[in-house]
Amino acid sequence: MPTLASEKKNARSGRGGRPAPELIFGDLWEFDPAPETADPKLKSRYDLFINGEFVAPKSGKYFDSINPANESKLAEIALGGPADVDAAYQAAKQAYDKVWSKLAGRERGKYLFRIARLLQDRAREFAVAETLDGGKPIKESRDFDVPMAAAHFFYHAGWADKLEYLAPGARVAPLGVVGQVIPWNFPLLMLAWKIAPALAAGNCVVLKPAETTSVTALKFAEILQDAGLPPGVVNFVTGAGETGAAIMNHPIPAKVAFTGSTEVGKVIMRSLAGTEKKMTMELGGKAANIVFDDAPIDQAVEGIVNGIFFNQGHVCCAGSRLLVHESVAAEVLAKLKNRLKVLRVGDPMDKNTDVGAINSKAQLDKIRELVDSGVKEGAELFQHACRLPSKGYYFRPTLFSEVTMSHRIANEEIFGPVLSILTFRTVDEAIEKANNTPFGLSAGVWTDKGSRILKMSNELKAGVVWANTYNKFDPTSPFGGYKESGFGREGGRQGLLDYVNLV
Amino acid sequence: MSRLPITKTPKVYVGGAFIRSESARVFPIKDAVGNFFANIPQCTRKDLRNAVEAAAKAGPGWAKRTAYNRGQILYRLGEMLEARAAEMTDAIQLGGATRAAAAREVAATVDRLIYYAGWADKYEQLLGNVNPVASPHFNFTVTEPMGIVGILTPDDAPLLAVVSLFAPAITSGNTVVALASPAQPYPAIVLGEMLATSDLPGGVVNLLTGFRKELVPTFATHTHLRALSGVASAEDRKTLKLGAAESIKRVFLRSAEAPIDWFADSAQSLYALRDTLEYKTTWHPIGA
Repeated sequence: MPTLASEKKNARSGRGGRPAPELIFGDLWEFDPAPETADPKLKSRYDLFINGEFVAPKSGKYFDSINPANESKLAEIALGGPADVDAAYQAAKQAYDKVWSKLAGRERGKYLFRIARLLQDRAREFAVAETLDGGKPIKESRDFDVPMAAAHFFYHAGWADKLEYLAPGARVAPLGVVGQVIPWNFPLLMLAWKIAPALAAGNCVVLKPAETTSVTALKFAEILQDAGLPPGVVNFVTGAGETGAAIMNHPIPAKVAFTGSTEVGKVIMRSLAGTEKKMTMELGGKAANIVFDDAPIDQAVEGIVNGIFFNQGHVCCAGSRLLVHESVAAEVLAKLKNRLKVLRVGDPMDKNTDVGAINSKAQLDKIRELVDSGVKEGAELFQHACRLPSKGYYFRPTLFSEVTMSHRIANEEIFGPVLSILTFRTVDEAIEKANNTPFGLSAGVWTDKGSRILKMSNELKAGVVWANTYNKFDPTSPFGGYKESGFGREGGRQGLLDYVNLV
Repeated sequence: MSRLPITKTPKVYVGGAFIRSESARVFPIKDAVGNFFANIPQCTRKDLRNAVEAAAKAGPGWAKRTAYNRGQILYRLGEMLEARAAEMTDAIQLGGATRAAAAREVAATVDRLIYYAGWADKYEQLLGNVNPVASPHFNFTVTEPMGIVGILTPDDAPLLAVVSLFAPAITSGNTVVALASPAQPYPAIVLGEMLATSDLPGGVVNLLTGFRKELVPTFATHTHLRALSGVASAEDRKTLKLGAAESIKRVFLRSAEAPIDWFADSAQSLYALRDTLEYKTTWHPIGA
């Protein structure tokens, strides 16, 4: 039964400064388990996907993909090496020279439409596979990752025969073969962000999924077979960092696209310094989510929670630095704490779960290390003492208040469910603090004042600004960063432009 | 008795002022027939850092000018160059060009400035757009200048190439630090004097003279330079890209080994503007 946190009237009505009455649901109700039971149709072992076929890696080696929710082995994944990468690039080049570059845009587009439809057909199956492999809540893979991936293919399909409208005054031509390396936080969606524009523009692809989340890419290869996509147009080589380096450093690709950490992005840029390869880099972030005193506080709190706890905070554009106007800081913090108490943390396959499993042991260790630094450096930690499953990688949603700009948790990307809260007094101070970072991927602004939104949007050095909303994505909407968050865009007209040559 | 003419001391244009190198070093240049002409400042890493600081100071104000105003200032620069075409033609002739060829380069440069002046209040309408997202949000993408752009200019077309490289960057509100051709630095010196009388705020364009081997490493690693453009040798391109990796700079370098026709229509484009722009996408809910 819901209880009243306070019996007194709203503090804003001027009666004694007591907290506003609120309904607290929280732990009063036990939720019955609501497991998703659809069959993910997994194979016990996945090979590389090269030239339209599943082939064993030349090394004969495989590695385990672990379900982070319970640490059980999900499948074996082929460990691709330089020879496999080379075979994939040769296949892609063949496909480009002989088939794909000769195909009319209209026909290319039809393949992409087919892929979108086939992915929609198998959406639930893919959502379950994604959640088992990566640990994200099923409601997110089901309602966000998979439908958005299909939408990306559908959007870009329609571009394939309209490229002459892409760049006014210029003709566009495909780049050729592109190499792509994607991260583990949105495995299928990042694959779609990379492959859909590349194919629409007429390129062929060699892509490496992240080593902890390869399963949906290899399931996606089945869709490519079903769609009849010509062999070699898309190739998947699985493996870890060394495989990724082989993808980036191979001589064939005209362009490489990378999504991952700024640290690895710099390594790639250095390794390609002596080449003329094109690049796009989608790197880290430390986004400021800025709440002004005139903001609709309840909506802002929902946006803050979505901004940092969506996908366990494994989001490069996560709103990981909350900047609150000092006069409403106490109110926002109190509401956030209440909201944290009702977040359901646990089994990602449960349809009620809000925060699932951390993607890997390594990531969990990194989050713990940074959270420890926050405590040591004097920030005030708040966690709700919810029950966590005994097996698997989990981390309680965490708030840090009393954070200052010099704290590591205010500067470094944590990539976990950890929010650092800072305050500000003036608009200029908010802008200064928000921009005082080497990153510049995204930012959030919460205010009721339209002119202030436009001013903040102008002043914030970030590629995406969410005003009175957060973590919204769309295939038509370009995504990408300023400064050390990378360069190039993904999505929309601007993203597609990064997959063509202007001639 | 014939009158002894007053010769000019070449100074570089940095932060709206004419300065010598902080190092007090110079290198001599000769005229077309091989006689001593003047001493050119041999700028140092410190001069480059000072120029970047000047560009940083000028940046926010320049970016906040209206597009209409920036367009008029570029047009004014074209006016200044047209009016002093004879002087600039002389400067280019020092490098050995014929009078006709030098005059042609000046005319092409004026036209290039007028071309970009006209883009100032139009490129946004072509590069940005509203995005029809599948949710109740108003979503639009606009461009913003990257900030400070480092420019390395080639040895040929010592005026036209410099202007072709910096004009698109400043049209959209960037500020630039450019290194003039070490082989033919004098046109850039004279250009500085025209920039100073063109209503362009000091610090928006900073023109250094000196040697690439001294300055390229600092262009590569200076973290306040957000983009590098221009023309460089294979070795310099590698150095610049290696340094760019440390701060994720945007690099748009053309090869010094391949000839570039700076006079061609293809040497000017909307997409030269795009190179030094960032896209920003803003979302807002629609509804109460």
